[in-house]
Amino acid sequence: MNRINQKLKEDKTLLSIYFSAGYPSLNDTVSIIENLEKSGVDMIEIGLPFSDPLADGPTIQASSTEALKNGMTTNVLFDQLKDIRKTVSIPLIVMGYFNPMLQYGVEAFCKKCQDIGIDGLIIPDLPVDVYNDQYKAIFETYGLINVFLITPQTSVERINFIDSISNGFIYMVSSASVTGSSSGFGDEQTAYFKRIANMKLKNPQIVGFGISNNETFTQATQYAKGAIIGSAFIKHLSNQGVNAITNFVKSIID
Amino acid sequence: MSYNINDKGYYGEFGGAYIPEMLYPNVEELRQNYLKIMAEPSFKEEFDQLLKDYVGRPSPLYFAKRLSEKHNTRIYLKREDLNHTGAHKVNNTIGQILMAQRLGKSRIIAETGAGQHGVATATVCALMGMECIVYMGEIDIARQAPNVARMKMLGAQVRPALSGSRTLKDATNEAIRDWINNPVDTHYIIGSVVGPHPYPDMVARFQAIVSKEIQWQLKEKEGTSKPDYVVACVGGGSNAAGAFYHYLDDTDVKLIAVEAAGKGVHSGESAATSALGREGIIHGSKTLLMQTNDGQITEPYSISAGLDYPGVGPMHAHLYASGRAEFISITDDEAMVAGLELSKLEGIIPAIESSHAFAVLDQKTFKADDIVVINLSGRGDKDLQNYIDYFKL
Repeated sequence: MNRINQKLKEDKTLLSIYFSAGYPSLNDTVSIIENLEKSGVDMIEIGLPFSDPLADGPTIQASSTEALKNGMTTNVLFDQLKDIRKTVSIPLIVMGYFNPMLQYGVEAFCKKCQDIGIDGLIIPDLPVDVYNDQYKAIFETYGLINVFLITPQTSVERINFIDSISNGFIYMVSSASVTGSSSGFGDEQTAYFKRIANMKLKNPQIVGFGISNNETFTQATQYAKGAIIGSAFIKHLSNQGVNAITNFVKSIID
Repeated sequence: MSYNINDKGYYGEFGGAYIPEMLYPNVEELRQNYLKIMAEPSFKEEFDQLLKDYVGRPSPLYFAKRLSEKHNTRIYLKREDLNHTGAHKVNNTIGQILMAQRLGKSRIIAETGAGQHGVATATVCALMGMECIVYMGEIDIARQAPNVARMKMLGAQVRPALSGSRTLKDATNEAIRDWINNPVDTHYIIGSVVGPHPYPDMVARFQAIVSKEIQWQLKEKEGTSKPDYVVACVGGGSNAAGAFYHYLDDTDVKLIAVEAAGKGVHSGESAATSALGREGIIHGSKTLLMQTNDGQITEPYSISAGLDYPGVGPMHAHLYASGRAEFISITDDEAMVAGLELSKLEGIIPAIESSHAFAVLDQKTFKADDIVVINLSGRGDKDLQNYIDYFKL
């Protein structure tokens, strides 16, 4: 069974952390992943940096730009991760924009992910219908779970369709925003979290965007299986460095 | 075979809507409504009336006698430079502001590189009394000060794009992020035939007035609606899309798309996407774009700020891949010389973008009885400082 599905079966609230590979330094990738696992994080999203990250706010834009300047490429990332399964056992997801994967070759990319032990992909600009028509079979061949996003504006019909073609979890974007821009959740978000929970979808939901501390993590996971933190973690990394990762994780889940 | 868009939003293999889910409701709303709205009699009437009374259409189709003699062929200029705001851009912004009103939107966002599309958008927002926010790269704001001032006079707010290379592609990213953050009340007026479906098709349809007029104007002057050639410059490609539109499937008419080679196609400072680009995804569209082997989008260069976009619209990618249009790259130097020649022979100072199209006359031999229509997409006022610096005027 895919590590993501196993993890989702556990009777606990999940914390997933996103970071941009190649930031703060090119070769921090493995040590960030190992430190996150040791600190008790349940799942990791490894960001493959892109020059034009449309769905990201200033923090992730900046870390992506810096990572590219540091020399991060698809090949460099795969090379850094080649022995990751010797030390790390939690689910690992690669999150990135579609163009770098397209240039690598979608099938070659998926095969490489399987070889390394990557469990899933999140590709914000690969549309659901294109995936379903052209790439679903390839992802399945290589045992990869593709994770789709929904937002407060996504129609019920479309959520049901996304649920039907998903086989891991649904990435629930907390509000109409790019990453890193919200400061706390209001009644509107709570109503949306409740509304989705009441749909009784077959895939559990993990909330992302706008989660930065214990308070927002608790709010987001009241009705969902877990939550994802990206920008706040990257800010912490730039201020405190790789060695202080445990402090950050403790501040969220303790 | 049709060279126009298919019902799935693709030109051949190019196009589509490669957008994050956050944008889906906005783009889908537009996709479901744009053709319906454009077909409404009240929309057509208002669009036509504004193009006539406000923009000053039809723009003349002018027989350039002295230029024709010099190049021993028959050259007509489609005078988009005479439109209000000085270029073809306003055809699209008029159409899109009417579209935004009918979609019930109250807030307009746009991206701009040199500032021409920003000015055209600020103009129509002033005309309709709508809030207008224009994203512009921080570097472009510094080098295009007069257009920044124009936008401010017209009541627009100009917001600097501080990310990435801080030019047009980053301004486009910022506008898209704004739209993600404001999904309900905002319409995004894209300035070219780029972006996710339905934008390339919608913008091409608004610009199609250019070739529609060429057809009847040429019929009046030459007794035929078909020229032998239509020549237009391509950055994103909206003026070319307009000039080609009604000739796309008429293969008697040869189409020439002119890209900016900058300091030379292989100099490392170029915007010749067809020569240097590969298939990929930029701003929600599968098209040809300039990128690294690794799929990172690279920064183009041209002396003309309107042509330095790292992609082309999907229609043009298809015209290139299918061989329907001939693509020619013109260097900065060739364009500047051609701009000066048009000024001296015809008394018309072109925008440097348009000068690229005129430089084709030195690159290619036309027959004496060929009818060559060149789309004069914009006037050169905005480029005066560039011409002054280049020619030490």
